[in-house]
Amino acid sequence: MSSDAMAMPSARTEARPWVEVVHEWVTTVDHKRLGILYIVYALIFLVIGGIEATIIRIQLIRPHNDFVSPQVFNRMFTMHGTTMIFFVAMPVLFGFANYLVPLMIGARDMAFPRLNAFSFWLTALGGLLLYFSFLGGNGLYGAGNAPDVGWWAYAPLTAKAFSPGPSSDYWTIALLVSGFGSIGTAINLIATILCLRCPGMTLNKMPLLAWLNLVMSGMVLIAITPLSAAQIMLLVDRYLGGHFFDTQAGGSAAIWMHFFWIFGHPEVYILIIPCFAFMSEIIPVFSRKPIFGYPVMVGATVCIAFVSLSVWAHHMFTIGMNSYANSFFTITTMVVGIPTGIKIFNWIGTMWGGSIQFKTPMLFSVGFLFQFLIAGLTGIMMASAPFDWQLSLSYFVVAHFHYVIVGGILFALFAAFYYWYPKMTGRMLNEPLGKLHFWLFFLGFHMTFDVMHFAGILGMPRRIYTYEPRPGWETLNLIVTIGAFIQGVAILVFVANLVYSYFKGPKAGNDPWDAWTLEWSVSSPPPAYNFASIPAVASRRPLWDLKHPEDPDSRYE
Amino acid sequence: MVRSDQIRKLVSKAAGIAVLLAGGLLAASLCFGAPNDTSRVPSISQVPSIFDPRSTPTKSIYHLSYFVLSITGLIFVVVFALMAYVVVKFRKRQGDEGREPAQVYGSTQIELAWTVIPILIVVVLFLATARVIHSIQDAPKPGNAVEVVAIGHQFWWEFRYPQLGVVTANELHIPVSEAAHATPTFLTLLSADTDHSFWVPQLAGKTDLIPNRVNHMWMDPYETGIFLGQCAQYCGTQHAKMLLRVYVDSPEEFGAWVRRQNQPAVLDANVTAGKRVFETTACINCHAIGGTVANGRFGPDLTHLMSRQTIASGAAENTKANLRLWIQKPDAIKPGSLMPAMQLKNADLDALVDYLETLR
Amino acid sequence: MNTVTSPALEWKLPYRGKVGMAGLIIAESAIFSIFVVAYLFYLGKSIGGPTPREVLETPIFFTVCLLSSSLTIHLASKELENGHRKTFLILWSITIALGALFLFGTALEWHRLIFEHGLTISTNLFGTTYYSLVGLHATHVTAGLVMLSVVLLFGLADRVGIDQSARIATLSLYWHFVDAVWIVVFTVVYLIGR
Repeated sequence: MSSDAMAMPSARTEARPWVEVVHEWVTTVDHKRLGILYIVYALIFLVIGGIEATIIRIQLIRPHNDFVSPQVFNRMFTMHGTTMIFFVAMPVLFGFANYLVPLMIGARDMAFPRLNAFSFWLTALGGLLLYFSFLGGNGLYGAGNAPDVGWWAYAPLTAKAFSPGPSSDYWTIALLVSGFGSIGTAINLIATILCLRCPGMTLNKMPLLAWLNLVMSGMVLIAITPLSAAQIMLLVDRYLGGHFFDTQAGGSAAIWMHFFWIFGHPEVYILIIPCFAFMSEIIPVFSRKPIFGYPVMVGATVCIAFVSLSVWAHHMFTIGMNSYANSFFTITTMVVGIPTGIKIFNWIGTMWGGSIQFKTPMLFSVGFLFQFLIAGLTGIMMASAPFDWQLSLSYFVVAHFHYVIVGGILFALFAAFYYWYPKMTGRMLNEPLGKLHFWLFFLGFHMTFDVMHFAGILGMPRRIYTYEPRPGWETLNLIVTIGAFIQGVAILVFVANLVYSYFKGPKAGNDPWDAWTLEWSVSSPPPAYNFASIPAVASRRPLWDLKHPEDPDSRYE
Repeated sequence: MVRSDQIRKLVSKAAGIAVLLAGGLLAASLCFGAPNDTSRVPSISQVPSIFDPRSTPTKSIYHLSYFVLSITGLIFVVVFALMAYVVVKFRKRQGDEGREPAQVYGSTQIELAWTVIPILIVVVLFLATARVIHSIQDAPKPGNAVEVVAIGHQFWWEFRYPQLGVVTANELHIPVSEAAHATPTFLTLLSADTDHSFWVPQLAGKTDLIPNRVNHMWMDPYETGIFLGQCAQYCGTQHAKMLLRVYVDSPEEFGAWVRRQNQPAVLDANVTAGKRVFETTACINCHAIGGTVANGRFGPDLTHLMSRQTIASGAAENTKANLRLWIQKPDAIKPGSLMPAMQLKNADLDALVDYLETLR
Repeated sequence: MNTVTSPALEWKLPYRGKVGMAGLIIAESAIFSIFVVAYLFYLGKSIGGPTPREVLETPIFFTVCLLSSSLTIHLASKELENGHRKTFLILWSITIALGALFLFGTALEWHRLIFEHGLTISTNLFGTTYYSLVGLHATHVTAGLVMLSVVLLFGLADRVGIDQSARIATLSLYWHFVDAVWIVVFTVVYLIGR
């Protein structure tokens, strides 16, 4: 990205030495630049994580394949999961939050700009540290190298006895470091949203994106930290001779699972809630109607946040908890589906009676709705503990969570990219390429992840580097792999679009989508100071009020 | 242009459904039309599908799953219909240029409706589920149940029958449990090292084997046959080849098997050379053979090695060539397993294999 | 440029320092909760080695020191708000001294446990959970003392006045949190756990 995009108009024609530009970006505390750094960082790791997935799928294309050894395969699925959650999904969502929240609430920057930069660089360091494991240290028996304990790093597989060498430590410390970065950004978002809103913007008049990022940040504070705590305990075990998870000394393997999933389940809501935010901003604009049921959307999200803290052991239905515990987690898991379903209905209600334009952001949004519905329903299936005794730890679960993460989160992210790229760069993304990206990805996604459910139903467990030639498994795995390649091509189309449009895309202007929130009131890209003068607002859609002075929202809210 | 965009949207959804249905048909056909798999080991003719239950717990789960599927299927049909309708009916039309549609902010009645109905659905689903949870987990153990202790190892299964005095590995034999004369098998699940999970989809939902924790499960297959499964909880390098098979025998067959397993190790005079190789190398540190000095417990008990159809926890057929290869170079069959390459001279190796082949 | 006409509002939002510190405290509370849960879960489960009842002595004096330091820091903060810089510095120094005394007490206790009773972090489950929980708290006390000392240095250089009172109040929130955690740890380790 050149500094042109951010410079004052008068400096546009100056060519500056690249060292200066790099220095500016490395030392920036501007929320917009940090947002872009987060997003670009995440995109790079998206490609790397995708390569890991491709290696996995090539190895599994037929039984008894020997594309990679079991040791390499186990590292691949560990790194794929860890990378995608911690170095793609979290950074990209924090990146969008960083960029958009101050603009949408009429502020000049985040509450703590230097903490913002520090948090980004902590996250970045974590990713680099994790990947250094491929090169770094050979421990005992040459057992260094990338971690291979799965992204949940279950005890006692991570004990020194079973994982000699530093590979597990790369996982632990990389995530500990980036976890602190996440906590920093969450604190920053909360302080920004609570303390820097422009005059007139009560919490009741705040864009849903701000509300949902507030809820998400609150969850980060109490969900990431259990993982940090467990990781500190793991380091105590591995280096100070502690026994937190040492089953030989009376320790419990299950308690790692509890700590991990107390983090792990809220984490997936942390990932999806900002995507709900994107949908809640994009669907109204392309339906030409306000969001249906704003207070309910806020309430449902807060409900989800609270209930999601009580469902974690549905990841542990098979560990032998008693029937009362299993029943408890069954009901809480089903209950959390209720506010989630309500949100889907509200989005449909927003589209109802509207005048829907199927530009690329809306295509991805509708894809999100369809796929998130299915993902939620397979979630309900697994909420039923006995059904889960068959489905868990199989490819059915892998299909379910990829349906949420790829079919839900990634589709929502693509929608967000196409929607806000013009604001961030001043240029529109190419619409035909966008549609090609959508259709290709939709095809590949369904080929892979619809079919994958059946492999689980036919008894195929997860995390296996090869499989016996059982009838059904071979054909299903072949189709899954082909779909993966199609998705890869679609991603390449997307990246090409991002790069090409940056240089050749049509100029966007302030408000290419005829939208209603404050970020569309400033230039594209915005000036460094965001607003010439801090705005004052009277409703949830300040630009609607400006464009329709005869019928402002403030009359109805 | 807008119109074709939108029709393509609908077509895409239909395509998605079609892929789902196609996959479903494919899977269904595979479930029920599974051919005889003659590639690795003979007489396995089933796919370990969770929708092919052969015992009470899996049958309960199967019925519950159909109930859950029908409800979620209904929800899907209703909501998808709404989505499809909205996407078609409310697309932008020619005349919409320059006008905004009616701005509707919400509706309390509608919100109530689509809150209450899901709550009712959840209550129904939960009650149905809770019944099955209790019926499976809190089932009392009858006096004539066969008791098995299963101990998970990296990367093999140890099975002990405390009442019957049998110790074996990887291939579980249990009696069929007919309705008239129910003889279920109750397993106690332990682990010697990391977490594992016992999963034979046709016979029971999976239950984990966790070190320093005692778990329980049961199954009562009502048909004889061989049922396949494998470890379902990632346990290290060779998790993928920690395979499992359950032989459901008729009562007579089971009794005969127990009797054979209770025999002392065969003492064939022709293979004393191989026996000496076994007893004087590191084999005895990990393996046990009843009646000899070998009483290691790190690896499988070999007293009745030849009574099993596979070796290396299902990774290879139990043939002479495979046995020889396994001892000489385990990495050729199961790279990363904890069986070391024994570095034996060829003569010793041949003698050893001849000896092992007598351990019926 | 993009203002919407609206009646002039009295627009007062919370102080971002306080909100940020509240966020940090919430996050840290979650971390401590996990260590407390581990401690409680493993009570009585050690296979061998010393038990809490055998070796723990309730550190009443040092607890009083730490809890009093909450009072002194509160008073110091109030004095600064009223512009009494000298009194603020004195109370601030006492706070630091009391905190340091508490740490000294922890060091004494650990010395006794290690050398007289042979209880280390690797001895048994009790040792692991005890040293981790108390150690995590002591680390936070140390971090707090470092920050308090930095402020003391600036104060001695005459750079801390009424204008910094909001920041001082925010920092003292952290110190109160550290004390509150000690109340929980004390209850769990020395009261419930024995």
